[in-house]
Amino acid sequence: MNSIALPLLLPFAIAISLLLVRSDKLSKWVGPLGSLAMLAVAVYLNFQLQQNGIMTLNTGGWIAPFGIVLVVDHLSSLMLMVSALIAFVIALFANRNLTEDIPMSRFYFFFFTLNMGVNGAFITGDVFNLYVWFEVMLLSSFVLITLGKKKEQLEGGIKYLALNIMGSMLFLAGLGLLYGKTGTLNMAHLAEILRNDHHASLMSTSMVLFFVAFGIKAAVFPLYFWLPSSYHTPNIAVTSLFAGLLTKVGVYTLIRFFTLFFVQDQTFWHTLLLIVAGLTMVSGGMAAASYYETRRILSYHIISQIGYMIMGLGIFTPLALAGAVFFTIHNMIAKTGTFVAAGLIAKIKGTYELKEVGGLYKQNPVLAILFIIPAFALAGFPPISGFFAKFMLLKAGIDSGQYLITAVALLTGFLTLYSMIKIWNEAFLKKQPEEKSQITEVKLKIMDYMPLAILAAASLLMGLFAPSVFEYVMQTGDQLFEPSAYINAVFKK
Amino acid sequence: MNSVILQIASKYVRWMLIIFSVIMLVRGHNLPGGGFIGGLLAGLSLAYKGFAFTPSIFEKEMKIRPEIFMALGLTLIFISLWPGAVLEGTLMQGIWFTIQIPFTEGYKFGTPFLFDIGVYFAVIGVTILFLFSLSDKK
Repeated sequence: MNSIALPLLLPFAIAISLLLVRSDKLSKWVGPLGSLAMLAVAVYLNFQLQQNGIMTLNTGGWIAPFGIVLVVDHLSSLMLMVSALIAFVIALFANRNLTEDIPMSRFYFFFFTLNMGVNGAFITGDVFNLYVWFEVMLLSSFVLITLGKKKEQLEGGIKYLALNIMGSMLFLAGLGLLYGKTGTLNMAHLAEILRNDHHASLMSTSMVLFFVAFGIKAAVFPLYFWLPSSYHTPNIAVTSLFAGLLTKVGVYTLIRFFTLFFVQDQTFWHTLLLIVAGLTMVSGGMAAASYYETRRILSYHIISQIGYMIMGLGIFTPLALAGAVFFTIHNMIAKTGTFVAAGLIAKIKGTYELKEVGGLYKQNPVLAILFIIPAFALAGFPPISGFFAKFMLLKAGIDSGQYLITAVALLTGFLTLYSMIKIWNEAFLKKQPEEKSQITEVKLKIMDYMPLAILAAASLLMGLFAPSVFEYVMQTGDQLFEPSAYINAVFKK
Repeated sequence: MNSVILQIASKYVRWMLIIFSVIMLVRGHNLPGGGFIGGLLAGLSLAYKGFAFTPSIFEKEMKIRPEIFMALGLTLIFISLWPGAVLEGTLMQGIWFTIQIPFTEGYKFGTPFLFDIGVYFAVIGVTILFLFSLSDKK
């Protein structure tokens, strides 16, 4: 099953060729086409997965648990597909929105190394290997933030790097402890050992380190401060890419760890996850409500939405896990969509300040419609994707008697709605403030709308074909809840 | 800094360092050493003249851009993944064969060594890039 490594090899090869041929003109083509190829690979792997079941590759011929094993299961495959879609859309978006001072070839080099890191984190079945992919991701994303070489970008980048390196160190420390206690770093092997372990409380030291490390990456409640202080500084294409991918990798690893092998002490850990989820939702939503700069609103909003994914993990039933997965993929698409829309608003008006823009509904109804789809998806209006994702989570919450978190999730929905309506009112409905109006307003071309149109269509289709998506994520949820298929696939039983 | 001793020495020490770095690289598979340390040494050896004279000399002397080193290294790494896939059916599997050298046991050469060479060049590239950026007066 060598084809499993393709999501890593493809971006790697493209990155090397971009290093060799440093032509900005060529990179304009390489970016979208390369990410389209990644999407094709991801779809092909998903097709293979449907036929063969969970696929594994023992790299270097070292059998599990001794070597590093790459695994594509339902969750990985889904995340690969969605992240490749995001990458493709962002490549289209970046082609139109990168400023002169950012060389295309440089941007795409780090774009593809970032994607390699993200894909690697999704398909690896080894904890240390996961750490390596996190580092690949962290370094590329740091360069991407500071690519414009502006002062505030460096400031934001340093904050981002400092807090995330803290996270990586805690990750590494937890990893060392885990290896010391169990003698293995293979995820399936860990699951085999820890699921039958009666001294589970001894694992809590590693668990708390992993929890904090991934909490920083996923930007959950007390650990999210790096996100709003760095996400509004880089070029909007970079911000949209990060919004779609980075925190979700953290969520993915949390889901993977806390379903596969950290499940012995559920009364403590999954309750803690629920508390963190509730606080994340509310604090992110409240903070988003208090800002009038689109990128800041949306950045806080990312945090708020992370809470829902953690909530699904905390409830820990097959339906809740499926809901969390559905919510994650819906959120990747819709969140990137709103960021892209914010970028387009700023492109027309030249600013991200909501107080200085207005009148876009009359001026540009197409953009208004394209904005409202992902925005309403986030707010959870039927028949767009967000409604079904939230519905699953709420139903799972009520089914398992977690009324408090369900109520919090419902109420946070209003906060989300408030933020979205605020952007809608300020940017689209209200009249353009006279004294702030710009003289040169940019007219958008059809290629400017393309990225947003693709994301809006994806969000809408996920809503319209919700039953088949539901079926797929339920399969994922079942497999996460009962990971014996995963373990057996890795050990080729 | 303007030290005549260092300037004269730099000519010779440089080559010694390069030779030493290659030795480090070659013994790396089973003994301490390897591509990373070798690459750091080689990168430093190339920077040696820059330290002895002014950093601008170093930039003038380096005809090859550091990106080329990095690209070369990464390409070698990329190539080293494939022989295992073609011959044994598993990506990154090590393929070894022995080069017969008269009067010795022969030297074992394999794809992991190719990987090491790739790391060696990539690290040289990165080291030079760092030194370029640090000596940048702008």
